[in-house]
Amino acid sequence: MIYLKLVWAYLKIGLFGFGGGYAMLALIEREIVGPGWITGQMFTDIVAISQMTPGPIGINSATYIGYVAPGASSSALSSPLWGILGSILCTLVVVVPSFILTIYASHFITRHRESAIVKGVFTGLRPVVVGLIASAALLLMNSANFGSTPAEVIPGIIICVAAFCLVYFAKIHPIIVILLAGAAGYIIF
Amino acid sequence: MAMNNIFVKLFITFFKIGAFTFGGGWAMISIIEKEIVDKHRWLAREEFLDQLAVAQSMPGILAVNISVAVGDKLRGTRGSVCAALGTILPSFMIILAIAIFLTPEAIKSNDTLSRIFKGIRPAVVALIVAPVISSAKSAKIGWKTVAIPIVVALLIWSKLPVVSSPILWIVAGGAGGYIWFRKHLKALRNADSAKGGGQA
Repeated sequence: MIYLKLVWAYLKIGLFGFGGGYAMLALIEREIVGPGWITGQMFTDIVAISQMTPGPIGINSATYIGYVAPGASSSALSSPLWGILGSILCTLVVVVPSFILTIYASHFITRHRESAIVKGVFTGLRPVVVGLIASAALLLMNSANFGSTPAEVIPGIIICVAAFCLVYFAKIHPIIVILLAGAAGYIIF
Repeated sequence: MAMNNIFVKLFITFFKIGAFTFGGGWAMISIIEKEIVDKHRWLAREEFLDQLAVAQSMPGILAVNISVAVGDKLRGTRGSVCAALGTILPSFMIILAIAIFLTPEAIKSNDTLSRIFKGIRPAVVALIVAPVISSAKSAKIGWKTVAIPIVVALLIWSKLPVVSSPILWIVAGGAGGYIWFRKHLKALRNADSAKGGGQA
């Protein structure tokens, strides 16, 4: 049952998604691309679309994947209504764990802000979060995103390096970088 | 239902924030702070920062967590439901519309779109490499700790059974940090009081 599997996957993503949207990508890749509900290419496309639309990446990916996954899993579920059901489910479910925890914690943690538990846990999580983001980047460095022939791979690497310089050194907004890369892709390929 | 009902106001305020903030998380925080603290005066800045601290220490989506924490502080669980729905709905509706029209088949069968996305995909990889470096800097990763992110990233990437699970490393990191902190708590407290009780 695809819906139960989606709910279970997004509960895990919501419950263990520490460190923000990019760190969450490693979890989403594992839970969603791993079982083959969407392809690696679609996953990258969703990240790009999330960057260009308002709202958090966690919500955007849940809505998109929830819509696409039922139809991709079985042709009996290809009607848009099944997709809309999936997108509502995933979007709600990814929020539920932190919703409950945040309400509980807002009564509890405010008084213990400096508690050893919170401080210790986050000291330990910080380097792991860096690793999670790095793993997401590594997982995406594949033929789905860079192509398989030299005519695709070489321009791909050039676009990647240029985009990195624009975002990291020149502090250009990611939306503009994506638009430029899209234009470059249209011209080159 | 009157427009000046606090629940409606909470929903509309967070709906606007959700609809107009690109980039999620931190980009949203400063706008939420402006709306909640400066414009509506629902919370004092100190209270807002307390709620932000709570939201940050929870898993999940930061922008949603902060709306839940603010809504809860104002009007309990019903307030947090209104605030959370306001944050979620704009991106839900926009992405749903995109998903309906921009299906993977639509991208593949349209020559222009597939060329554009061929250019975008390598750039997305770059967009994820950049925060690796900036988060490593803000996490103060040094020569002693650099092995942790490298090993974690390689193991997750390896797709080996068990050790490639991101959840495993999140739990291990949290538990390890807690145990380390407990062990060193006394030493840290002494160092803190020597500095005059400096706050982290």
